[in-house]
Amino acid sequence: MASYDFLFDALGLRKWCDEAGSSTPTSMADLLAQASGEEIKTTAWDFPFPSLDALNEACGQLPETRNLTKGLEDGFLSIKDALRFILDPITEPLSWLLDGALYVVEATPWWIVIPLLLLATFFISRSWSLVIGVGASICGLAFIDHYDYAVQTLSIIFVCSAICVLFGVPIGIAMSRSDRLQRACIPILDMLQTLPTFVYLIPLIFLFSVTESKLYGIAIILYAIVPVIRLTDLGIRMVDKDVLEAAQAFGMTPRQKLYQVQIPLALPNIMAGINQTIMMSLAMVVIASLVSAPGLGVLVLRGIRSLELGVGLVAGLGIVILAIILDRVTKSALMRVNSSQKS
Amino acid sequence: MSDTTISIRNLYKVFGPEPESALQYVYDGMSKEELNSKHGHVLGLSNINVDMNEGEITVIMGLSGSGKSTLVRHINRLIDPTAGQVLVSGENVLEYGEEQLRQIRRKNMSMVFQHFALLPHRNILQNAAMAPIVRGEKASEYNEEAGRWLERVGLAGYEDSYPHQLSGGMQQRVGIARALTSNAPIMLMDEAFSALDPLIRTDMQNLLLELQEELNKTIVFISHDLDEALKLADKLVILKDGEVVQQGEPQHILLNPEDDYIVDFISDINRARVLRVRSVMTPRKETAETKGEVSCEATLEDVIAQTGGEPKGTYLVIQEGRCVGQLDMSALMRALVPQKRSEQNKIE
Repeated sequence: MASYDFLFDALGLRKWCDEAGSSTPTSMADLLAQASGEEIKTTAWDFPFPSLDALNEACGQLPETRNLTKGLEDGFLSIKDALRFILDPITEPLSWLLDGALYVVEATPWWIVIPLLLLATFFISRSWSLVIGVGASICGLAFIDHYDYAVQTLSIIFVCSAICVLFGVPIGIAMSRSDRLQRACIPILDMLQTLPTFVYLIPLIFLFSVTESKLYGIAIILYAIVPVIRLTDLGIRMVDKDVLEAAQAFGMTPRQKLYQVQIPLALPNIMAGINQTIMMSLAMVVIASLVSAPGLGVLVLRGIRSLELGVGLVAGLGIVILAIILDRVTKSALMRVNSSQKS
Repeated sequence: MSDTTISIRNLYKVFGPEPESALQYVYDGMSKEELNSKHGHVLGLSNINVDMNEGEITVIMGLSGSGKSTLVRHINRLIDPTAGQVLVSGENVLEYGEEQLRQIRRKNMSMVFQHFALLPHRNILQNAAMAPIVRGEKASEYNEEAGRWLERVGLAGYEDSYPHQLSGGMQQRVGIARALTSNAPIMLMDEAFSALDPLIRTDMQNLLLELQEELNKTIVFISHDLDEALKLADKLVILKDGEVVQQGEPQHILLNPEDDYIVDFISDINRARVLRVRSVMTPRKETAETKGEVSCEATLEDVIAQTGGEPKGTYLVIQEGRCVGQLDMSALMRALVPQKRSEQNKIE
């Protein structure tokens, strides 16, 4: 019969196994065998790996793999209400922020938003050529009627990146000060970074309703917060030991060291982390359109769903343009910091 | 004789996971090599006893790995010793708590580093004013002070520059101005001039001597360069493998090396340029006929130049207008004989 019968026979567990009764449905192969009236011979060639399913076939007491996934789901559903009870109020401000930001950019006329964006570009980068580039890109998108989508995407990115920085930098600093915390955090960060982006959405959909904006907000933040944490940690750990020693020798308190030496000297790395965080939130905001995030991602999704090639491609190009201007602007700020503290 | 400001007593430092228990082996007489190979601990400093006098420059000299930088960091406790005492103005800094330690670092000690260790994101004036900034003083109060010291080290007009815009020599001038602005009586200088070009190094040494003449700080200077050490030192401490080989007045060490190691060390230097008249002069004998006068602080090279290379004769040694002894040219010649082994050529 089953390939692993011999194992349970040898262990003397046959009786225990049979108590469970044959819960498994009869397999097609068994049916065929019964019909033809002959036993299937399993050769060594297709001897199965001792997986849960294969063992279950031999002994009904053992669980099947689908029980595992089912158990996980049941477990999650059973704690869902409690989790929701805690997480819902905590994350509610995220919804307000996202909805508020979206409302503001949509309600404000374009002739205010675009100059404001250009002004911000100038203050961050101090480069006129970059301001012209950004202006041309946004006006180009507005010219082909993608303005609304583009600013929606931008405002989501701003809100999520700001929150990432707000939480990521302190977490990074804490990690840099404690080796134990660093060891504990790195596997979590690795997981957050490598988990396929769609997988973030699955438990969130169970927890919150798809119409709430915090759903995609959380997904974006979880995905995008990793680089800013990592690079803050790295940046502070890489601060020149000599300079730290000097700070110590002149009697700085740990707080003075942090604010007057470590953070300023780690700033180039922190800025690189912020740049990465913004780029990753842009990547996620497109996927988040699956769960009702507005913006250019919606158009990409429409392109896939209803096979509107042109719509999808143009929206994709729009995302590329946004990515380029976000990258250039944050990089120019990084360059400015870098050039002011070469050693 | 001036007072002892810093006094290091029976200081031991063992690096490794369990320094306390490893120290026991050292007390029991285990050698540095044995400790390293058998127990995996490195003996950084072993039984150091050094007194440093107020208003003097004490130079701690040794090759790399001899523990000299480790030793200087014990004075302001950037490194904690495994055993021993460090007395600063009579108080054992090892008993200090966090806050007391911070106060002594802020007010009583300043430090100059080999690689300058300036804050790259602050301009020169703010860097020079690091000590008052750390103490929490107002900008209006310290700016003038910092500016004054920057001017004193020759950096007037660079207040608004940033460290990366300055050359190495200039950066170290900022490092010195920073130490001076703190107004601390003790200055620790860890290989302060080792990263500089030879010419700039000479400049900086002269600057330091000049400053020291007016300020009379207690300076602990770390160096691996014997010429530099002999030029600056009021007292010279020679370290080897974490132990003091010899300490004392540099002229004395030069003329009476106690160890082959030191003989090797001093065999390469230009003795004429380092030895001074006061080290080789003899008490004045009224009978001797003299050919002229030489200064007590003149180097032998100066004397040779002054006498035009004349190998014979006796000169009066003058200090502040008074005759303090006489110099025989034959004694001068003997003092210049390079030493091969420590037992030979003891010149009294």
